[in-house]
Formats: sequence, structure tokens, C-alpha cells
Amino acid sequence: MSLIDLANPTKFLALTARLLPWLAGATVILLLIGLYQSAMAPDDYQQGATVKIMFIHVPNAWLSMFVWGIMSIASLGTLVWRHPLADVAAKAAAPIGAAFTFLALVTGSLWGRPMWGTYWEWDARLTSVLILFLMYLGLIALWRAVEDPSRAARAAAVLTLVGAINIPIIKFSVDWWNTLHQPASVIRMGGPTLDNAFLIPLLVMAIAFSLLFITLHLAAMRNEILRRRVRSLQMMQANQKAA
Amino acid sequence: MTALSALIRRDIRIALRVGGGALIGVLFFLTVTVLMPFAVGPDLALLSRLGPAILWLGALLASLLTLDRLFTADHEDGSLDLIVMSRTPLELACAAKALAHWLAAGLPLIVATPVLGLLLNLDGTATLAVALTLLAGTPALTFTGMIGAALAVTLHRGGLLLAVLVLPLSIPVLIFGVAASQAAITGPLSFGTPFSILCALSLVSFVVGPFAAAASLRHGLD
Repeated sequence: MSLIDLANPTKFLALTARLLPWLAGATVILLLIGLYQSAMAPDDYQQGATVKIMFIHVPNAWLSMFVWGIMSIASLGTLVWRHPLADVAAKAAAPIGAAFTFLALVTGSLWGRPMWGTYWEWDARLTSVLILFLMYLGLIALWRAVEDPSRAARAAAVLTLVGAINIPIIKFSVDWWNTLHQPASVIRMGGPTLDNAFLIPLLVMAIAFSLLFITLHLAAMRNEILRRRVRSLQMMQANQKAA
Repeated sequence: MTALSALIRRDIRIALRVGGGALIGVLFFLTVTVLMPFAVGPDLALLSRLGPAILWLGALLASLLTLDRLFTADHEDGSLDLIVMSRTPLELACAAKALAHWLAAGLPLIVATPVLGLLLNLDGTATLAVALTLLAGTPALTFTGMIGAALAVTLHRGGLLLAVLVLPLSIPVLIFGVAASQAAITGPLSFGTPFSILCALSLVSFVVGPFAAAASLRHGLD
């Protein structure tokens, strides 16, 4: 079965109906393993038990950018290949991406409270994630502002691709801005020198969260297809009554 | 080429005519700048420290509010459909329209900057620095804002939605515009680094803006 076969929503619904229970099961099992390993991971000698926020925070932050990537591919599908399910995929991904971004911000802020002594620091990373969150909200607002789904889809696709070009520029600018204003005020973990005791649970959690995203995304796409069917049935009914 | 220069001349003429409203942007810029001392207090030292930031914010908001007019008037009287269907590439036509819009609505903001600088107690160097950075940065605001204007006209929604979509994209321009002005006034950083990045942002927007606006017009108009 290739991507073009999935252009038929009925085939897509049938395939995902079979896939979803397995995906959901795998997500639950991996999440349980990951959470257990995270709970068993040793405390950090500097940060104590708060380091465990990382196991939730990092997968969320990673997915917040990954979801925009998925939406960009889907937007290319809308504008270039006119794949009928591409705009369904893009629309379904936006709220999930916004939720992951929001969770990354909340966990980051909760982590910042004991570490930096404040809930919010205009740290470069936090700030660029906040701007990413604003862009997700703008995109959702665009989807909700227009009734006709195909018209909204093309506008949202252009905006998503412009965002994909702009997000690295914004990230670079914010990094530059922050180093100018407050150099090295924030203690950071030494990224690549992460010990295996932390790295393995982190990887398991990252895979579990990715599976969670795929499950939620497919389910949301199913809902969106069904919602559009209901909408067109209602419009047919309204037309019949009028005629 | 003649078609493009005709388009630019036409847009400037319409904008400067009665009912064009290009100069309302300058009036808005003046009003926002006058409002600031009421919010932060009439302390001249504080105002001269905040001056570049205030002028940049005012110019950003003024250019954002005039963007609404970029495509809507042409859409209402049908000339936008003619532009889309004409043999001139739509990307070039969009670039020409943005250039005309910047000449009519963006350039007056820069001309007004020295007067507003006086109100905010900025000295000669500072005013010159802000005017120069605005000259280099406002084209980027117009050309990225054009994407939002094109989306707004295809969706028949303007106003707040346009602002919400465009403002996050203008953050880099704001950062480097204010940074370059501050560098010229207080140092210690050299003026050249942020200023050349600001010019680079404008150049990038010249490429991305017309293509994205043309794509959204082509896919969105019916």
C-alpha cells in the first residue's frame, strides 16, 4: 500500500482502525518502561531529584519542533502534490504540537524554579520556544477563522512553510539577543556528556512520546475526516430541505 | 519592466491621493511616540535610553497597520484579479506592489524619525543610527508583512488575525534593529555586525516574501 492509495479516506480509515490499537498499546508499554526507568535513575549531584523533570521536558521540547516539521511536509503535500489527506494531517497536527510546546514550556518553567530561582527567565531557549508556541496559536487561529476547510488549508500551508523558514532565523536572533543582554547567567547541563544512566531512560521516553504523537495524530486525523463527512452530510441535508 | 514600473507608479499615486491613507501611518507613529512618555514618565534620561526601542516599536506597529491596505483595495475593485491573470509573473508584481507600499508608507516613517527623536531626547548620532536602521529594516517588515496581507485578502479576514500572524515573524528584525541602534549609541559592540545582519534579513525577505505572497494569492483567490 503506497501513499497514493491512502488518498482514499475510506482506505485510510480502515488501515488506521487496524493500526491504532497496536500503536496505543506500544505507547503505553514504552511510557511505563520509560517512567519506571526515569524514577529509578540516580539523582544528579548538582540538581538532585529535579533532574527527573528532564525526562518529560526534553521529549516535549523535541516533539514541539518535530511536529512543525511534519506539518511542513504535509503543507508541501497540500500545495505541491494536492494530496487529499495532507491538509487533514496538517490541521490535526497543529493542536497536538501546540500542546507539546506548552508542556515543554510548563515543565521548563517548573524546572527553572528550583534551578534558577525563578519561574521565567528570558533565556534564549525558553524565549524561542515561547515564540514557537505563539506561532502554533496563530496557525490554529487561522484554521479556526475560516469555515471552508480547503481554503483555510492552502493559507495555513503557506504560513507553515514560511514559519519553517523563519523558525531557524528567529532561534538564531534570540540566541544572539540573549548573549548580548545577559551572558552565561544560566547553568546548563553538559549536553553530549550525559551519563548512560540518564541517556537510556531519556531515549526510551523520547521514543514513547514520538509514538504517543503518532497515535494521537492518526486518531485526530480520523476525527477530522469524520467531522468533514458530518459537515458535508449536514450541508446536503440543508440543501434538500431548501429544495 | 514597463508593466512593473507602471504598477509601482500607479500604487504610489493611489496611496498619496485623497482616500489613499499612506500618511495615516506617520500620524499613528507620531501618536504612539507621544503616548510613551505618559506611560513611562517624563524623565528625559530614561526616555533617551528607551528612545530607539520606542521608535522601533512605533515603526513596527505603524507599518503593520498600513499593511492591511496592500491588497484589499485592489481585491475590492477587481484589479487584483487582473494582476494575477496578467503575463507579468505574479512574484514580480507582488515585489513591485511591496516596493510601492514601502515608498509610500515606509519611507515617510524614516523621514519623521528625526522629529520624533527630538521628542525623546535623542542626540544627533542616536537619531541618525535609528533612521539608518529603520531604512535598512523596514523593507523586511513590509516584505514579510506582505505574506500576511496576501493571506488576509484570500481569507477575507484582516485586522487582528494579520497582526497575530505577522508579528512573530518580525521578531528578528526588531532584535537586530534595536541592537544596531543601541550599539551606535552606547557600544561596546560594533554597529556593523547587527546592521549587516539587519540588511541580510531584508535581503532574505525580498526573496521569501514575494514567492510566499504570490503562492497564497494564486492558491487562495477564486
